[in-house]
Amino acid sequence: MTTERIDDVWGARTPHPRATAWPTRVDLHLEDGVSEADVDRWVQSACLLCSNGCGCDIAVKDGRMVGVRGRETDRVNHGRLGPKGLYGSTPWASSPDRLTRPLVREGGRLVETDWDTAMGRIVERSRQLLDEEGPLTHGFYTSGQLFLEEYYVQAVVGKAGIGTPHMDGNTRLCTATSAAAFKESFGADGQPGSYEDIEHCDALFLYGHNMAETQTVLWSRVLDRTHGDDPPRVVCVDPRRTTVAAEAERTGGVHLRPRVGTNQALMNALTRELMENGWVDEAYVATHTIGFDDLRSVVAPYTPEEAERVCGVPADDVRRAARIFGEAEAPLSTVLQGFYQSHQATAASVAVHNLHLLRGMIGRPGAGVLQMNGQPTAQNNRECGADGDLTGFRNWDNPEHVRQLADQWNVDPMTIPHWAPPTHVMQMFSYAEAGSIELLWISATNPAVSMPESARIRRILSKPEVFVIVQDLFLTETAELADVVLPAAGWGEKTGCFTNVDRTVHLSEQAVDPPGEARSDLDIFVAYADAMGFVDRDGAPLVKWRTPEQVFEAWKESTRGRPVDYTGLTYAKLRGPSGIQWPVNEEHPDGTARLYADGVFPSDTDVCETYGHDLVTGATVTEQEHRALAPGGRAFLKGAPYLPPHEEPDDAYPLRYTTGRSVYQFHTRTKTGRSRPLDDAAPDAWVELAAADAEARGIADGDRVRVESPRGAIEVRARIGRVMEGAVFAPFHYGHWDPAGTAEDADARQANELTMTVWDPVSKQPVFKTAACQVTRIGG
Amino acid sequence: MPHLSTYVGLADHSEKTLADSFRAVADGHAHVSDVHFTCLTLAGWSDDHRHRLASVVERYGEDTDIDEPERLHAAGLAEVREGEVGLLRDLQDLHVLASLVQTTWTVVAQGAQGLRDTELLEVAHHCNAETSRQLSWLNTRMKVAAPQALIVSP
Repeated sequence: MTTERIDDVWGARTPHPRATAWPTRVDLHLEDGVSEADVDRWVQSACLLCSNGCGCDIAVKDGRMVGVRGRETDRVNHGRLGPKGLYGSTPWASSPDRLTRPLVREGGRLVETDWDTAMGRIVERSRQLLDEEGPLTHGFYTSGQLFLEEYYVQAVVGKAGIGTPHMDGNTRLCTATSAAAFKESFGADGQPGSYEDIEHCDALFLYGHNMAETQTVLWSRVLDRTHGDDPPRVVCVDPRRTTVAAEAERTGGVHLRPRVGTNQALMNALTRELMENGWVDEAYVATHTIGFDDLRSVVAPYTPEEAERVCGVPADDVRRAARIFGEAEAPLSTVLQGFYQSHQATAASVAVHNLHLLRGMIGRPGAGVLQMNGQPTAQNNRECGADGDLTGFRNWDNPEHVRQLADQWNVDPMTIPHWAPPTHVMQMFSYAEAGSIELLWISATNPAVSMPESARIRRILSKPEVFVIVQDLFLTETAELADVVLPAAGWGEKTGCFTNVDRTVHLSEQAVDPPGEARSDLDIFVAYADAMGFVDRDGAPLVKWRTPEQVFEAWKESTRGRPVDYTGLTYAKLRGPSGIQWPVNEEHPDGTARLYADGVFPSDTDVCETYGHDLVTGATVTEQEHRALAPGGRAFLKGAPYLPPHEEPDDAYPLRYTTGRSVYQFHTRTKTGRSRPLDDAAPDAWVELAAADAEARGIADGDRVRVESPRGAIEVRARIGRVMEGAVFAPFHYGHWDPAGTAEDADARQANELTMTVWDPVSKQPVFKTAACQVTRIGG
Repeated sequence: MPHLSTYVGLADHSEKTLADSFRAVADGHAHVSDVHFTCLTLAGWSDDHRHRLASVVERYGEDTDIDEPERLHAAGLAEVREGEVGLLRDLQDLHVLASLVQTTWTVVAQGAQGLRDTELLEVAHHCNAETSRQLSWLNTRMKVAAPQALIVSP
């Protein structure tokens, strides 16, 4: 088996000059012993192993998925696939440890059973709780990896069937800040930019975004610009010396290394520099924004020297970075977890928008913003409202928006929970801890490994008072703690759509049958709705659909007139050569490359998805306050002062702890860990230290070390380098599941044992990247 | 200006009560992460308001002898209540205290306007605006907490 993309992650360069099309390069991987001639058929899909959304075809032989090929005609990847997509897309499907039958807990153990028994237990408990205590006893925690149709049905069941506000996705951990930042700045979710902006930009800013490892195909696209004629200058904001940082220096840009937890001070200094140097498009600001004067007074104290004091970034580097942005004709910015999962997440991400708005650099080729997502279908969770948003980018605080949904679903508007913001997952677990959520339904995610302070999460999931339902492909660390485990069909075993970072919608078709009795998440929620007997106002079944395409048609109707308009899309259209960017409607039948080209934003009081928040406290702006501002299509310039992180280093825990990712693993490795080449490339956890910190503790590269915070500890091998002095980096992928059996101590390597139960006040995204820790050597 | 000095004193005193009470709620509900950290931040705002007022207090003197507005002095939260309903009640108490602070700033601003004391006016406007933000957060957090606390809290 050739696995060249393990060593050569980004593949061969195809450099090209600015404003020319990105050349194609088709990547293909087939299982050992299978050649292209052996493949029975190719089935259209898109890759599910990062948020990039590369178009691909699934190779099927003898009823099995045996490989993937990038789609040359797709706008997202022009034929390419990365290492995770190539080697991780299919092996899991035929893994011998797939769940093939439902499991129920009997006498403390999970035992196999049939669907009637498993669903019967769920319905019995659910019905009893609804009758005795009502819908607030039910919590749903879903994923960033299901399909649009599945989220939509789940949203309908939860909001109009049960009527619970407790519904969130693990998108809260990966992409909530992206959505929140859009809403605060522009009034509604929706990516302004397009991947084609990479071809047109003359400056590329990556904020807390290790694109080279998290979206490898997108990074190939960048490298093909930076190695071609007329390349953009790259600016990297990251406390680690990443591949992106090296490219920033190579292209004449800057690597800014703020201390962990100080992003906001740096952003305020960059904003102030634009204002001080006149790099502001005053006409654009006057016509298309509100809030300039307030922003100016917020950022006034943040001189480059002040940024140096707070962030540890040399003042002249701040000036250079600001100048590159201020003088660019087409700057493109991307943002990811270094901002989203860090302190003051929403404020810092909004600050990126502010820079673009101040210069009027949005909605034109090359001039744009890409707030990234962490997971492949996170966007659909946000759109459908299975994650704490209201379906179709509607505003839970706007009675007219709630009425629109109630009309479509034919239910009483009072059924749809809209009295407060939908409950975020951290709050849901607190309710379960306190005993007021008694049924927790988890689909396609692994909170026992991925949520902060994970020992606490496992304790809550283990409580006998909480009835835990888990549907997944495998018996994950979370499923092990469940009362009922439902075997789910995965990618390639079901049909549905999903939407990537730049609003590109793909159809992923069923290629093979699911194993054993496994069912799609869509079928599972439909079966639950039927068994519960949820009905609409006329007594007809609430969930009227049986096939993904029927659900898609219903979903389209709920988007009519909203910013996320799918009404012009059909499955037939999505079977074309490439994915299509929403909005797609009568006005834009072939999709829309960029939003806000006209400088008109969805901020009108009657249109917006939120009236906004105080970026420091998270307090909601009221409708009256919003109306008084008369935004009328203008974007908001919102600022916030820097606040120190929730936990600062002290004598006992003198280092700053931050978590992150490996290029070879995805999330908690459920799929990538079952790919031999990927797992071999990154089989076990580790921790990164700066040379000086290692030396001070007598730690050499490869030594075993204990990393401890006030909440827990891990024991892993040390790698020296890459992080800045005072910082410690650990990958979050590793729980106790150890496929190769090679982990030195699989029970002591889970990065989230150390992280804090604390979240951003606006996006409610947990803070995974700021905590205090100590590191000690425990062995060679 | 005996009555303005009374109100300046009242502003100082009620901000202190509010700051202490925010800290009491932060400590008492330390396991409710957002309440803990936000209350600490908001206590810091009230500290800052007293600091801004300090120079003005010196100028007008802080008069605590007048009887009438004394009745407006509210006791702070010495200790907090337990559980989700307890949190709701504590937030409500904070809201009452912050409302007193805000109306005090409104009155002080009116006095400053009459005296054309731009320094005091600026302090009063700034503090009033931040008190609004404290109230907004309390209101938001109560709305979030109420249904669960009232209906299904054990």
